[in-house]
Amino acid sequence: MKILVPVKRVLDYNVKARVKPDQSGVDLSNVKMAMNPFCEIAVEEAVRQKEKGAAEEVVVVSIGPTQAQETVRTALAMGGDRGILIQTDADPEPLEVAKLLKAVADAEQPSLIIMGKQAIDGDNNAVGQMLSALLGWPQATFASKVDVSGQTVRVTREVDGGLQTLELDLPAVVTADLRLNEPRYASLPNIMKAKKKTIDIKSVDDFGGMPAAHLKVKKVTEPAKRVAGVKVESAAELVSKLKTEAGVL
Amino acid sequence: MAVLVYADHDNSTLKDNTHKTVTAAKALSNDVDVLVAGANVDAVAAEAAKIEGVRKVLTAQSEALGHGLAEAIAAAVTPLMANYDALLVPATSAGKNFAPRVAALLDVAPISEITQVVDANTFVRPIYAGNALETVESSDAKKVITVRPTAFKAAGEGGSAGIEAVDPGVGAPKTRFVSDELVKSDRPELGAAKIVVSGGRAMGSAEEFQRVIEPLADKLGAAVGASRAAVDAGYAPNDYQVGQTGKVVAPQLYVAVGISGAIQHLAGMKDSKVIVAINKDADAPIFQVADYGLVADYKSAVPELMAALDQVKG
Ligand SMILES: Cc1cc2nc3c(=O)[nH]c(=O)nc-3n(C[C@H](O)[C@H](O)[C@H](O)COP(=O)(O)OP(=O)(O)OC[C@H]3O[C@@H](n4cnc5c(N)ncnc54)[C@H](O)[C@@H]3O)c2cc1C
Ligand SMILES: Nc1ncnc2c1ncn2[C@@H]1O[C@H](COP(=O)(O)O)[C@@H](O)[C@H]1O
Repeated sequence: MKILVPVKRVLDYNVKARVKPDQSGVDLSNVKMAMNPFCEIAVEEAVRQKEKGAAEEVVVVSIGPTQAQETVRTALAMGGDRGILIQTDADPEPLEVAKLLKAVADAEQPSLIIMGKQAIDGDNNAVGQMLSALLGWPQATFASKVDVSGQTVRVTREVDGGLQTLELDLPAVVTADLRLNEPRYASLPNIMKAKKKTIDIKSVDDFGGMPAAHLKVKKVTEPAKRVAGVKVESAAELVSKLKTEAGVL
Repeated sequence: MAVLVYADHDNSTLKDNTHKTVTAAKALSNDVDVLVAGANVDAVAAEAAKIEGVRKVLTAQSEALGHGLAEAIAAAVTPLMANYDALLVPATSAGKNFAPRVAALLDVAPISEITQVVDANTFVRPIYAGNALETVESSDAKKVITVRPTAFKAAGEGGSAGIEAVDPGVGAPKTRFVSDELVKSDRPELGAAKIVVSGGRAMGSAEEFQRVIEPLADKLGAAVGASRAAVDAGYAPNDYQVGQTGKVVAPQLYVAVGISGAIQHLAGMKDSKVIVAINKDADAPIFQVADYGLVADYKSAVPELMAALDQVKG
């Protein structure tokens, strides 16, 4: 069985996003970029499935600029077998990403696609669901447990109110939530080994061209800032302020 | 232009998120219908019919819809969209699970978690954990949108819309429901509560979380929330997580106990009216957004707070 893992290069989660003064977007020059944390969890899960013997090959794909090669390389150092980079300087919206990934899935024919539930830059939480719809495959989002057996996969999902377990026919799309696993750090020997693994650099034209954009970003602004309030000395003072000053008790 | 709102419910009660999404829909059109998809949802549909300003309530019922399976909901909703110009879905995990699927089937770009309707084609949504706001314009004739409920006031009651059954669709032939493991609680729901008390990693264990956070919440009539660290460590169930990748809340009062205030946590609570932080580290970032900060060890501060509350409440 082959597992396909789409990964995105994003602003590192520890870095606070800064809006550009001309309101054209978030400033990504000279800031630390990294693999989207949910994609790391997806890579880890795919590698664990391979280690368990449930999969033979883990293929990693990213759509992004030249530097996204590093992101793919990181996934290979974690245990991915082979990478694909669809190189583009455009910033495709989720619908375009889903269409390109569908073309990749058509070419690669994986039995399972494991991906992040959400990219922490756009916070869309959409590509997995759309890819699954375009492929006509079943989906299990927000996974906290994945068990492959034969032609099916059993997925426990984090839902409103608790957990839900579903069984899907393969091929299927699964999106990873935070509790699925704790991604490993790549060891030095594995980082060295990953340098020898193949990353195919492709263009969008190899996958049918860039789909049309349906959305246009008019502007990106800073949200209203909350100002820090006061420090209180005691619990009693806190309660009295909440009652008389804030009026929330 | 007509708008279809997807009702948030658990097959027995209608959630307030529906009323809030109706308000967002009203900013687009006066012709707002509500779809109640589920199993045995006649009572829920009757509730939805009472929302002020709703033209019509549609019900779609099947077992697969009752389990909220995305494929089944998409199969029921997509054909209905022939009659509508926009689908508005509350941005709950159930809503996020299926809305993009409908968008893909309609070849529409979904717009996630809007907080403002600018005009019929233009919407505002937070990105980067709420550190930036994106104003985005859609060229799609039909829109598929998820709505952040905390950003909209709930529509009132007093309507008396008619109720009509629609085709529940083909279900989810490639997906089987296995089981649910739902957390039962008599406390108010996290997303809708007026007061929320959240605990963080400082609790150190599930027992301590239950001993400290839950009684304080009960005294205040509050819902219980948690940081990701507390959930990851198993101190609290996963659906208690407040933040960028958990639930977004905006109560009248948010009390953070032993939570540092990482940007991902702030993304889920910084629109609360009043924020209280109890943390023993005076430099914790949570104090930068707190209206009232108490620099103290929660082990003494929370019992003192409970006692002080007893006094004012008499
Ligand atoms: C992709 C991604 C998504 C994320 N999504 C979320 C999310 O949705 N929600 C979320 O919350 N986090 C999220 N996080 C995690 C976030 O970055 C932080 O790690 C997390 O919020 C920290 O939780 P905490 O404040 O409980 O723990 P810590 O940061 O460890 O803070 C504990 C605090 O308790 C205080 N403390 C310790 N002992 C005491 C005591 N006795 N009395 C009083 N105070 C005490 C300490 O001073 C400290 O400030 C996400 C991270 C990533 C990478
Ligand atoms: N440019 C991209 N390249 C590869 N995968 C992507 C890209 N954008 C999004 N994805 C995948 O889709 C998931 C969800 O992203 P989103 O729907 O944008 O929040 C991510 O975690 C990735 O697995």
